[in-house]
Amino acid sequence: MTPILEVQNLNRRFGGLQAVSEVSFAVAVGQIKAVIGPNGAGKTTLFNLISGTIPADSGQVIFNGQEIQGKQPWQIATAGMARTYQNIKLFPGMTALENVMVGRHCRTTAGFAAGMLNLPWTWKEEREIREKSLELLELLEIGDLAQVEATSLAFGQQRAVEFARALAAEPSLLLLDEPAAGLNMHETGEVARLISKIRDRGVTVLLVEHDMSLVMDISDEIVVLCFGQKIAEDVPTAIQHNPEVIRIYLGDGDV
Amino acid sequence: MTPELFVQYIFAGLTYGIIYAIVAIGFNIIYNTTGIINFAQGEFVMLGGMLAVSLSKLFPLPLAIVLAVLITMAVGALIEMVFIRWLDRPSVLRMIIITIGISILSREAALHIWGESVRSLPYFVGNEVSAVAILGARVSPQVLWVMGVCTVMVVALSLFFRHTLTGQKMQACSANRRAATLCGINARNMVTLSFMLSAGIGALAGCVMSPITYTSYDVGPDLAIKGFTVAIMGGLGNSMAAVAAGLLLGLIEAFSISVLPLAFKDAIAIGILLLILFVRPHGLFGKKEAAGLKEF
Amino acid sequence: MKRYLPLLALLAVVIFVQLLTGWTETGFYLTQLTMSAYYSLVIIGLCLLMGYAGQISLGHAGFFAIGGYTSAILTTHNLTPMKDQALVVLLAKVGCLVASKDEYGAELLVAQPWVACLLAVTAATLVALVLGGPVLKLKGHYLAMATLGFGTIIYRLVLATWLCGEADGISSVPPFQLLPGLTVSGGFGERISNYYIAWGLVVLFMVLLINLVHSRAGRALRAIHGAEDAANAMGVNTARFKLTIFVLSAAVAALAGVFLTHYNGGIGPSEAGIMKSVRYVAIVAVGGMASIWGALIMGTLLNFLSMRGVFGTYDDAVFGAILIIIMLFAPEGLLRLQLWPRLKELKKSWGGEK
Repeated sequence: MTPILEVQNLNRRFGGLQAVSEVSFAVAVGQIKAVIGPNGAGKTTLFNLISGTIPADSGQVIFNGQEIQGKQPWQIATAGMARTYQNIKLFPGMTALENVMVGRHCRTTAGFAAGMLNLPWTWKEEREIREKSLELLELLEIGDLAQVEATSLAFGQQRAVEFARALAAEPSLLLLDEPAAGLNMHETGEVARLISKIRDRGVTVLLVEHDMSLVMDISDEIVVLCFGQKIAEDVPTAIQHNPEVIRIYLGDGDV
Repeated sequence: MTPELFVQYIFAGLTYGIIYAIVAIGFNIIYNTTGIINFAQGEFVMLGGMLAVSLSKLFPLPLAIVLAVLITMAVGALIEMVFIRWLDRPSVLRMIIITIGISILSREAALHIWGESVRSLPYFVGNEVSAVAILGARVSPQVLWVMGVCTVMVVALSLFFRHTLTGQKMQACSANRRAATLCGINARNMVTLSFMLSAGIGALAGCVMSPITYTSYDVGPDLAIKGFTVAIMGGLGNSMAAVAAGLLLGLIEAFSISVLPLAFKDAIAIGILLLILFVRPHGLFGKKEAAGLKEF
Repeated sequence: MKRYLPLLALLAVVIFVQLLTGWTETGFYLTQLTMSAYYSLVIIGLCLLMGYAGQISLGHAGFFAIGGYTSAILTTHNLTPMKDQALVVLLAKVGCLVASKDEYGAELLVAQPWVACLLAVTAATLVALVLGGPVLKLKGHYLAMATLGFGTIIYRLVLATWLCGEADGISSVPPFQLLPGLTVSGGFGERISNYYIAWGLVVLFMVLLINLVHSRAGRALRAIHGAEDAANAMGVNTARFKLTIFVLSAAVAALAGVFLTHYNGGIGPSEAGIMKSVRYVAIVAVGGMASIWGALIMGTLLNFLSMRGVFGTYDDAVFGAILIIIMLFAPEGLLRLQLWPRLKELKKSWGGEK
């Protein structure tokens, strides 16, 4: 299997806290891979390092055979990696549809001059952006909410808009930061179904998650982080029986 | 440059420098409790000076100054209660525009009350020509008044924040407003108090500097820009560093007059401001990590 | 297309107003309406930067002044003493200079207005490019102060430079012939044509900017306003988009400066003042920040009233009060006023006091 993403010896320190320490792992094409760990284990920091939101102190991130550590987030997005946020970050003041249309940004080209002059060739591109975006909203079953202001939607619907926006960028790798956070059991099941559906469209998925049931159900492989360090990497069934992981999640017993 | 002239420049620099530092501390006090930069900070200084000039015609000078400071503090509190208090987590842009509006209104009000003419308080001791000889240079006693009063203010403020309960409550609000509220501190009142304090120190600085620098309705914006430059040089929120930065800016300006045309004196401060914003927005003395935490 | 209908309405209003002043013999209003149009041009450019891309600028009068002053200097500075120098000869040969006689019959050799205009806008563009790089990395108060600092520097330089006429400014700026028979000037006979030149320019830029708002780039700008890091993570080169819109709005301001300077026949330092920049920001805020139509309507209305002297000596105070009231009660602008929720917010916060 060829890896789509390789993380090698990644480090990041915040003041006195080593948030991510010598973390290495790989994600194979077509996989659903999960990163789990207790609160403060450095999961979100790891995501921010991979997506270029913050720079790493040292280490490499190789995406599709290309070194991306140190590149700007927009360059990484254009290279085919899209992400969602734990605390949903939609664009306020824009409709659900417009939010998703921004997702098409890195796959389209019309610039300032073309936009100002409303050049005929951009009409086709605009139509294509709109159609693709509507299609994605339909896929996520919120097509009827296209014209509603995104930030006024219900929580679960906002998450769906954010999914659609990420998918609009036609990513080859999708990073999902706690996609089930704040959702109830039923909604979590929906998200699990959705993630599998996305993978079936040929998108590799890397997710950070708290909800063990979701992770165990859908992941092909799991990385466990604790205090910034990787302590295990295996298939879900093996992780479930890993004594180290059990100790972290259930405590030592002698505390 | 003769040694006398050199000392002369040093004193001129330190006098202006400490005033800038006071304005910067005014910025910091409000910034620390609210996260707001009060663009009307310079108007407090103007108001203090103008009120004292008018009141000194009715009362003896010390009483006039005390009254001017108290009135300015009341204005500060009023501004906070009318314009700031009831806003629910306003955006930074909104606060910038509101405080700019307050600054314009105060300035226009001053223009209509006092007119365009330049005023000044009498010298506290002696007059324009009296001087004290220091290191061979002739220094006006008012310069010593400015430095003395401002130094006392800085020391008093730091004692206040460190050793009084109210001061510590304000510190708590600046560290974590929510946590402070949970501990039973009325954060809103602390904000009002911070506006009063910063208006008060601005007004007092405005009074003591008035005999040397004169006061007119439009001195506010220049002082605000310089005070902000100093606050940024020291790292926003760090008042002790602001004192050092203020003196530094004052000295740079004073010595710049000997090489550059007078008209460019103000441009220097702004040049420094832009340079620091571009290169070290966390301040000359600040740590990068700390600045990162105070992002907007 | 739907988006162009309001523009047709605007065009109709422009023509109607001109005809109205013709019938009622109140042609003198056209002068202030023309000047309002140029100021509105600055304001709609700033609206795009502030309301759509979310970047405040307290230094836009600086760009206006760079445009106006550059053009004024080039078209008034007499090059006759240097007319034998190779460069001046060359410039004269390619038609960049025009020779004439001044009112005392002395020889006058100055830059051709078109050349001056081009150079003026280019100068503002370059300044915006150089300034924008570092400035737009800043946010919030830092950005506000940095742009305020830039505006103040321009003001000081204008006041202190002999070439800019110091406190007097520059006068006797010649008319700017756009085309044969179409000249930007304050001449009595050209009042109507200048009204149409100014408003034609406004309509043109409204078309361009409205197109921009509805395009891929416009969407990216609004995304930057809402959540800059998320926009970046979606593939928007946020630094470049912010810089482009900053430069664009600076160039529009400079262009307005050039035209208004030729129209007025001069420019003074007050055009570079901080109060002007604040006024532009105030009008964008009143118009509703992210409303280019609001900015145009309010820009025209308030500038017109201000220039008619309606606010008297309280001119600046009126703008200060407008700023505060709008930001306190209607931060979304007058056209989207939500008085009731604001009052409830007020009541709640006072009632909740212990």
